[in-house]
Amino acid sequence: MEFFKQVDIDWMGKTKYFVALSLSLLIIGGIAWARKGLYYGIDFKGGTLVSVRFAGPPPIDKIRQGLTQQGLGDSEIQQISDIGDANTNEVVIGLQENGQGEEALDAGKTTILNALHSTLGTGDPSKQDFNSVSVAALADQLTRKDPLSLGTTGVDKYTQLAKQLTDYRDHDLRGVVSDLGQLQSAGASPAVISALRDTYSASDYAVINVEIVGPKVGAQLRKQAIVVTLYALGGMLIYIALRFSGGGLLHLSAGSGSFFLWKWVDFVIFGAAAVLAVFHDVLITLGLFSLLHFEISLTVIAALLTLVGYSMNDTIVIFDRIRENLRLMRRETFASIVNRSINQTLSRTILTSGLTFLTVLVLFLMGGQVLRSFSFALVVGIMVGTYSSFGIAAPLVVAWSHWRGQGASQTGTAAGDKSRRS
Amino acid sequence: MTSNLKWKAVSILIVVLISVYGIIGAPTSWTAVKQNFADRIKLGLDLQGGTHLILQVQTQEAVGLETDQVLDHLKSDLSDKGIHPDNISKLSDTQILVHNLPTDQAGAFRDVVSENFTDWDVAPAPNEASGYVLTMRPSSIAAIDQQTMDQSVETINRRIDALGLTEPTVAPYGRGDNEIIVELPGESDPNHAKDVIQAGGQLELTKVEGDQSYPSEAQALAALGGVLPAGSELVPGDSGTSNPTQPGGESWYVVDRVPVVTGRDLRHATAEPSTENPGFFEVAFTLSTDAARRFGPFTEQNVGHQMATILDHKVIIAATIENRIEDSGRITGQFGEQRANDLALELNAGALPASIKYLEERTVGPSLGADSIRHGVQASLVSLIVVLLFMVMYYRLSGVNAVVALLLNLVILLAALGYFGAVLTLPGIAGVILTIGMGVDSNVLIFERIREELRAAKAPVSAVDLGFKRAFLTIIDTHVTTVVSALFLGVFGTGPVRGFAVTLIIGLLANLFTSVYVSRVIFDWHLAKMPRQAELSI
Repeated sequence: MEFFKQVDIDWMGKTKYFVALSLSLLIIGGIAWARKGLYYGIDFKGGTLVSVRFAGPPPIDKIRQGLTQQGLGDSEIQQISDIGDANTNEVVIGLQENGQGEEALDAGKTTILNALHSTLGTGDPSKQDFNSVSVAALADQLTRKDPLSLGTTGVDKYTQLAKQLTDYRDHDLRGVVSDLGQLQSAGASPAVISALRDTYSASDYAVINVEIVGPKVGAQLRKQAIVVTLYALGGMLIYIALRFSGGGLLHLSAGSGSFFLWKWVDFVIFGAAAVLAVFHDVLITLGLFSLLHFEISLTVIAALLTLVGYSMNDTIVIFDRIRENLRLMRRETFASIVNRSINQTLSRTILTSGLTFLTVLVLFLMGGQVLRSFSFALVVGIMVGTYSSFGIAAPLVVAWSHWRGQGASQTGTAAGDKSRRS
Repeated sequence: MTSNLKWKAVSILIVVLISVYGIIGAPTSWTAVKQNFADRIKLGLDLQGGTHLILQVQTQEAVGLETDQVLDHLKSDLSDKGIHPDNISKLSDTQILVHNLPTDQAGAFRDVVSENFTDWDVAPAPNEASGYVLTMRPSSIAAIDQQTMDQSVETINRRIDALGLTEPTVAPYGRGDNEIIVELPGESDPNHAKDVIQAGGQLELTKVEGDQSYPSEAQALAALGGVLPAGSELVPGDSGTSNPTQPGGESWYVVDRVPVVTGRDLRHATAEPSTENPGFFEVAFTLSTDAARRFGPFTEQNVGHQMATILDHKVIIAATIENRIEDSGRITGQFGEQRANDLALELNAGALPASIKYLEERTVGPSLGADSIRHGVQASLVSLIVVLLFMVMYYRLSGVNAVVALLLNLVILLAALGYFGAVLTLPGIAGVILTIGMGVDSNVLIFERIREELRAAKAPVSAVDLGFKRAFLTIIDTHVTTVVSALFLGVFGTGPVRGFAVTLIIGLLANLFTSVYVSRVIFDWHLAKMPRQAELSI
């Protein structure tokens, strides 16, 4: 099977369309960014986040009411919907960091939990919540109570039973045991259930995730994320500059009256173009995040860096081919060499991007709530990253060589001459 | 098959065996396979549920304490030498002000400081004609910070150990902000963990001045004529456990500031049922030999006087010393069994050298972890299958080659995680998926190149050779750039980002091996077997 045999597209002739496309994407994202800002997750802005899962549709009104009663009327309640599963019955209650220091954050969590309990809790507050008990603790408790009268030999049996019960809770009931009687279907005998009732209570909801991030950590992480991204870009720039020293490849510095800085840019032009293209990708992705109100979390930073890697990848594949072709094709203009290189690598570009796109699309659709923002960044990033390698990076090098080489054909010839000599 | 090729195949086989062993060990049954897999591939907190805390040790408190002690030393050293400044006071946690030193004693003063206080720099005090400021050297501050951090990590570790969790982590975190990360797999009640970590455990046994307590701070001061005697301090009684003279009322004690015994002098503490107070518990302790040498004479001299047992700056009990006590004692109070046990635990673990602040707390419930695993594994499997099917359809027999390379890549990646003891986190699973992506890319690069060479009418053998050679340069470039960025993530990133970086780096290195080396060997083996004129299935 083969999708693309011989393609002959004049990519460089379409530069103006690419510029128009990129500019409009950047402007749309920029406007959203300027007007709405970026929607930072708790990692970066600090605050408290409590995720709660319900046995049925979440009673948002009651939750709101309970929170208001506890003086948390300004907290944010977000209902989670999953593309793969419409009935996640999950709610995330967020409390902004209110500038009262670390103690206030901890108090925030306690208040949220109290609010939930006072309006929705059915169980005895003095008993432990069955929905948050761990296997080890449950096994321990069962062994101590010994409802099956197994004596000292019961440890293994109870450990197995505890595993069975928590598995049933976490997988079959998705974490919410509304009534301990439900455990009968998981193999708990009435004696076991009544023993459990002594210690544990069950309610229609389970707290599945709590995140508390202090204000200092948030600021620190934000700074760190930016620093790491810049370092990574810097590292790539240096590597590519070394691998594709443009000055030597393009023979650009032949032009007279060169300003020192330009010579330096000649040397790193490939690296600089690649980094600029990647920068463009990151900006567009962030713009879309702002536009579509997706949250920026730590994992999204990981995704952004991955897209940096991917976009760089695509660009390097094309640059590699350009480097190779500069030595092979002597009489052609630089622009046509670039076109040829893009066309030769086109089937690879589309195959790889298509397959990776498919991979992250699966991740986006099936990866669950936690990976949603992460995979969204990659879904967008792979499209933009692929486009930018031929739409931004390559044209940038061509434009530079035009401007510096005073006419592209001389450039191509110069490079050819050099390879013939060597 | 040439012998060269044979050796290459053997080397690949060895890598495969080591990897498989790394993942499932040498199992004897299917249950053993599952068990070994679970033992070797460790799951992160986000996948198995648990509590993650980041806390900051307030090391400046320890620095301030050191300054306090130096201040005391300085005072006595100076007066020993007959040097009498108007006053010596603490300016800040790291600075001591020596106020108004007689000019003719300046030389002697400098001698004392340079001889006995080498960790301090002396400078004339600003805005003062004959005063001096002593400033702790940055290197000593750093040393105290470090020591405080080490002690805190150790103490927290011991306390967490008492919780009996499997594989908790307590380690310094970040770079230089005195932060500690505590990870407790399977613990879904962070408050319990926080109680245990933060429990005080600072024990002091000290002399009670005047052998009595006062009902309020004001009355204590009034009884002493408004000024505390030198070297003493006012400490409140713990209304829960001490037995104040007025039931339910406050009690205050004037005690010696320098305790005769502190928590550090304890060798061991245990909770026992009380003999005098049926139904209550007490904590019995034994002292180190060194402390016993101090405690014996002290108790002998003070028979008939009161001694206070102070825990976390509250007097638990003040009792009259009946006779000389050598190396053992009891803390009696109205403790319940649980409280007495906790107290014994706290005393054994020792006190934290400085207080702590929580910066971050994350708790993942067990069901969310199970969800995330399911989602992550499902997504990985689906994308893997889609990609593999496509490769076989598009590249036919060579596609099978890619399938082998990709699967082997994943096997090596998992094994490496097991061998390095790295944990698999959710972002880690994302890293695995991206590794699949990069693996596909390498194969596509090579295969497309081979097709190009075939189109240029090259013979299969040389087409394969050229394809690999030319694509190799590109593959190196793409891998190096991605590894460079992943390295930055791994070194400078924290938490989830680092987990992602680690899997990606391992995956990429494994990919260089499988899609370039292994794949080439399979091609060569295939080419060696097939008839000369036959076409390559690609």
